Amino acid sequence: MLTHRIIPCLDVRDGLVVKGVRFQELREMGSPAEFAWAYEQQGADELVLLDVSATPEGRKTKLDTVRRVRERISIPLTVGGGVGDWTDARALLEAGADKVAVNTAAVAKPELIAEISSRFGVQCTVLAVDAKQTAPGQWQVVVRSGATDTGIDVLDWVRDACRNGAGEILLTSWDRDGTRSGYDLALVSAVARAVGVPVIASGGADTPQQLLDALQAGADAVLAASIFHEGNYTVAELKKFLAAHLVEVRR
Amino acid sequence: MAMPEVLVVRTGTANMASVLAGLRRAGAAPRVSVDPAEVENALSLVLPGVGAFAAAMKQLEDDHLTEPLRRRVDAGRATLSICLGLQVLADASEENPGVRGLGVIRQTVRRFPDTVRVPQLGWNLVHPDANCRLLEEGHAYFANSYRLVEPPRGWYSAMSDHGGPFVAAIEHGAVLACQFHPELSGEWGLALLKRWLIASTEEPC
Repeated sequence: MLTHRIIPCLDVRDGLVVKGVRFQELREMGSPAEFAWAYEQQGADELVLLDVSATPEGRKTKLDTVRRVRERISIPLTVGGGVGDWTDARALLEAGADKVAVNTAAVAKPELIAEISSRFGVQCTVLAVDAKQTAPGQWQVVVRSGATDTGIDVLDWVRDACRNGAGEILLTSWDRDGTRSGYDLALVSAVARAVGVPVIASGGADTPQQLLDALQAGADAVLAASIFHEGNYTVAELKKFLAAHLVEVRR
Repeated sequence: MAMPEVLVVRTGTANMASVLAGLRRAGAAPRVSVDPAEVENALSLVLPGVGAFAAAMKQLEDDHLTEPLRRRVDAGRATLSICLGLQVLADASEENPGVRGLGVIRQTVRRFPDTVRVPQLGWNLVHPDANCRLLEEGHAYFANSYRLVEPPRGWYSAMSDHGGPFVAAIEHGAVLACQFHPELSGEWGLALLKRWLIASTEEPC
């Protein structure tokens, strides 16, 4: 039976992990590749690397970062940030990504999803969605930089994306991200019911119970950043907790 | 001991960087090629693949690799087929009806049922049958929407379950075909790559 995945997320800017400043030991090691390696040792099932570089110079370091992480780890790597057309996706895959996440550019150009999945496969095309609640049971797609409302309904958006070839949904709650108040369970549940592809819950994780809640709400995988970077829990500790609650995990 | 050279077929749509990194970690010196004679005769060959069945078959045909691949697998030369690399060994796939595969395995590759998440993305438990020499029990990383359902005749098989049993991998001597990605399956996958490399350098009996 397919196990539930725990996915640490590395937010990288100009070649450096930008969250996790309190994780002293790793900060001294420095690089995304060292973080990635440490998470694999802890039992991470997969890694997501989101490049948040704001400058052209920073963006150039992205491929180097992906190459270094790939040399160090033997688990899957999803890379997102700044993917505007299929050649960006190709460059990331050639550097060592196994999956590519598209977000903002897909809102402006929905055919981007089909462009990537028709060339590299559905299993390699991840749609990252930032969702903001507008009413009970309703969410709108927002574009992360500037939190611009797009007016697009999240459930319509993910259904369309899957028809166009998205093979996985990386679902971030805009309202919960960074709040430590737990995943938006109603959002997770609604999206998991709307699509047939795997759903990764993201945004708001702070405790093992919250990870369990998201998986029980229908998520196939849970993504978190600060819970790991700050050293509050290791991946192994979280898996032990989940296994004790009868969740199938890889040990 | 010198690092054994492993030829990797450039299929155009594989996660090549991950495959090459995995082979290097396992102690091999990978080299990429699409030369038909090399592909047929290399001591050890990896056929990676992601993407769609029809696109992969077209690429292999355009590169004149279908016959060399069929002959080397029939001859039992050390070959590791990964993911779509396993599926193209079959007769056909529901993914692209009418497109012929290599026909080494007399089966059609079928889509997972709608009762489970498709694509299957993640770690699933692999159960090898008692005769397997290379495959061991453990969690492997899968990324696929299609799979073989029946263990093919003439091969030892390992099975997994996602909406029912499916073929996780098959082996015959030093020919190993995995629906999962050994190069992304952590320590377990690395150990499998190492066992295959050792088997691939043994004299064929």
